[in-house]
Amino acid sequence: MSPAQTAAPVPPSFELDDVPVCFAPGDTVLQAAHRAGHTIPHLCWHADFAPHGSCRICSVLVDGRPAAACTLPAAAGQQVRSATEALNAQRTTLLQMLFVEGNHFCPSCEKSGDCRLQSAAYAVGMTGPHFEEFYPDRPVDASHPDLLLDLNRCILCGLCVRASHAPDGKDVFAIGGHGIGTHLVVNSPSGRLGDSAMDIGDRAAHVCPVGAMLPKRRGFVVPIGERPADLADAAAAAAAAAPFAALSKAFSATASSPAPASGIAAGGEEPR
Amino acid sequence: MAKHAPLGMRPRGSPLLSADQTPGGGTMPSEWKVVVDRHGSDPLLLLQVLRELQSLHGWLPRQMLAAVAGALHLPLGEVEGVAGFYRFLHLRPVGRTRILFSDNVTDRMAGSEGLMAQLCTLLGVAPGAVSADGRFSVDRASCTGLADQGPALLIDHHQVVTRLDADRVTTMAALLQADVPVAAWPAEWFEVKDAVWRADMLLAEPAPTGSALAAALGRGPEALVDELRASRLRGRGGAGYPIAQKWAACCAAPGRERVVVCNADEGEPGTFKDRVLLRRHADAVIEGMTIAAHAVGARTGFIYLRGEYRFLLDALQEVLARRREAGLLGAGILGRAGFDFDITVHLGAGAYVCGEESALLESLEGKRGTPRIRPPFPAEHGYLGRPTVVNNVETFCAVAWIAEHGAAAWAAVGTPQSSGTKIHSVSGDCARPGIYEYPFGTPVATLLADCGATNVQAVQVGGPSGLCLAPHEFGRQLAFEDVPTAGAFMVFDQRRDMFEVARGFAHFFAHESCGFCTPCRVGTELLARRMDKLAAGQGSAEDLDVLLELDHLMHGSTHCGLGATACNPLRDTVLRFRPAYERRLRSPRFEPAFDLDAALAPARRLSGRDDPAAHLMAQTLATGDPTKSAEISPEAAPRPSPTTPTDASP
Repeated sequence: MSPAQTAAPVPPSFELDDVPVCFAPGDTVLQAAHRAGHTIPHLCWHADFAPHGSCRICSVLVDGRPAAACTLPAAAGQQVRSATEALNAQRTTLLQMLFVEGNHFCPSCEKSGDCRLQSAAYAVGMTGPHFEEFYPDRPVDASHPDLLLDLNRCILCGLCVRASHAPDGKDVFAIGGHGIGTHLVVNSPSGRLGDSAMDIGDRAAHVCPVGAMLPKRRGFVVPIGERPADLADAAAAAAAAAPFAALSKAFSATASSPAPASGIAAGGEEPR
Repeated sequence: MAKHAPLGMRPRGSPLLSADQTPGGGTMPSEWKVVVDRHGSDPLLLLQVLRELQSLHGWLPRQMLAAVAGALHLPLGEVEGVAGFYRFLHLRPVGRTRILFSDNVTDRMAGSEGLMAQLCTLLGVAPGAVSADGRFSVDRASCTGLADQGPALLIDHHQVVTRLDADRVTTMAALLQADVPVAAWPAEWFEVKDAVWRADMLLAEPAPTGSALAAALGRGPEALVDELRASRLRGRGGAGYPIAQKWAACCAAPGRERVVVCNADEGEPGTFKDRVLLRRHADAVIEGMTIAAHAVGARTGFIYLRGEYRFLLDALQEVLARRREAGLLGAGILGRAGFDFDITVHLGAGAYVCGEESALLESLEGKRGTPRIRPPFPAEHGYLGRPTVVNNVETFCAVAWIAEHGAAAWAAVGTPQSSGTKIHSVSGDCARPGIYEYPFGTPVATLLADCGATNVQAVQVGGPSGLCLAPHEFGRQLAFEDVPTAGAFMVFDQRRDMFEVARGFAHFFAHESCGFCTPCRVGTELLARRMDKLAAGQGSAEDLDVLLELDHLMHGSTHCGLGATACNPLRDTVLRFRPAYERRLRSPRFEPAFDLDAALAPARRLSGRDDPAAHLMAQTLATGDPTKSAEISPEAAPRPSPTTPTDASP
């Protein structure tokens, strides 16, 4: 994952929490940081798609000014602050907002342990929703033969919209409504996924960072405790203190809930 | 627990769409086809097509969306997404006559809430609902730009009625019941007065019809931009960006085609000066746009007119037609070969966020009005990716003035950092609401004295996203470097409850959030709910802490300025009028957002009990000791609680 920039001309760089990060022309701060193996927490960003800038979890301070790392063009000499107490507190609040806005019940969710929302919350040490829950009335669409669309868990990151546009070339999804009523729209005559062009082989079927889009007939194939975030946590914990890692894993298995993840492990990123 | 309703149980579309109907343009009714054809089936004109189709049918059934999608070669999901974004487009049936009461704080101060209740009673319809016979619906809209002559309302997103009172409402209900067409209502109801109380450089003289443009052509593009630089003219829309810098960036950006856009989406509550300029000085606005086209080399121009100003459209089109005939628009302007420029008016459909220039461009392209990622800025990458100049109505008037009279005369007025004059829309508690043009640097107190405001408690300058000032600050100057303003000036005297003012603004922002980014979408909703909690007498000091925490978060984390400023009224009023908040706090510690005992009513009903032991006593709640409870709490009727319990720690 480390940049293979060994050519004679020194590539431009910025500093992320005092560590130099090289970037290529056109890179955003998050893109360059990600490529160099650094972690800036994020939800709506994905290396394969154009940046969206909606979740704001990747907000950083650039030369003292707030900006979303996923959309901000990298520039030489920038001083980027990300892992600060204040920014992590802000991320916690933003995550709490996402949790109370939808209906997120981790213990009963198939995505638990492999959910970017959940692992981001663990990573920043979120312990509760803080705000009042909205308990919105959102539909579950089980009309598709192979996929379940549960909008209770949708965080409006727009990744399925982008993936379905390209590479899928189907535009199965769009964003509808406004304000707190913003919601995912399915492009079909009935508005149901089963009547759309969606196929389980589509990229859009596998890009959801949370449990809003799930394959049918594949529940809990990987036991909780052995899922990507669990394993990442176990690895991180083992590196830190072996006895505690074992204890943590044992506890998470008994409690049917994943152990706290130390980084956003899902999606192929390295843990912090 | 969450309600996991199967999708089929929740009607998403129109009942008109039966299974055997295939969406697409093939079977489109002829009156729909006329609209689509008139717009050349152009997907960029989706919003205009939807607006016009809705005016035929009242709302947008799914069948209609599908027909539009087919004809414009757009995914149905995208058409649904666009239609659902705009507050003036309806995906569910509304009344055949739709009445929207302007819901700015100034309308409320003039009694709009009571008048709306009166009309609802007379028509037998609940606010926000459709009458049983499908004839009427009555609802609220964000400020309609008539704060100087409210309470105002909007009929079928087209006709405005000003200066409402109980008599007008009574007569209106009778006319509506008798199916008298709106065109046959008393004409004086539709009268929009443009009271100009103080005219200075822009308003004092008639709008130019070619003279400013001729002067600009005489100078040439580069000298023109230099002239604007020397004038130190800054944008009048609020941000105050130097105009010469914006235009120079547009000139320097690569691209063959350039675009000039006039931002006439005057949505900031309490602002109406652009309405007056578009009615009385449309020539100056259009002349300024044409000068911009000359400066940057644009052939295409747009006026993005807010949907609430639909009533200005016909007159504006007439001015454009007259100028085309006079050789001031179109091909070979003022006889100069190669200087081709024309202007199209695009109507918005009720979305405050489209006043943000990149959201406006999205809307111009027929999309949802979500602000773009910036950079790149519109000057480099605007309409359809072309270098685009977007300026406010008043800015273009100033451009025309400077082109004609020169930079030196303009820069001689105002302050070093804010040259020239500023037009203010004055409303609220004053004797003479209307339009006031002053040099920049004029103290707030001068405006207050001139408009006849007495016993002033506060002034909201620049609208909800601006600044709320208390009397000790009335010596401050209206200028970019002190009290910046896009033009709203709302006066509140000592009778007004500044908490309620801030609560109204909180609901405005929640209503107008585009929903794109987390902090604004959820934050504006949390803000409105917490303010309601305080208003309901359920507040505690903890709620104030949460509100101020939201203010801090939203200032530094939102995608655009809407969310960043949504807490300004809260912060300003807490700082200046704290007692208005404190008298609403029930306790210094945590209070739940609802009545605990009332929440147990369903459980009592199910168990068939209503004895004292089935109630939570006030004493129990206070002491936590059920043995000390003595009285039975009154059985409160379950109310649609805006909030649910929180588990925030006390």
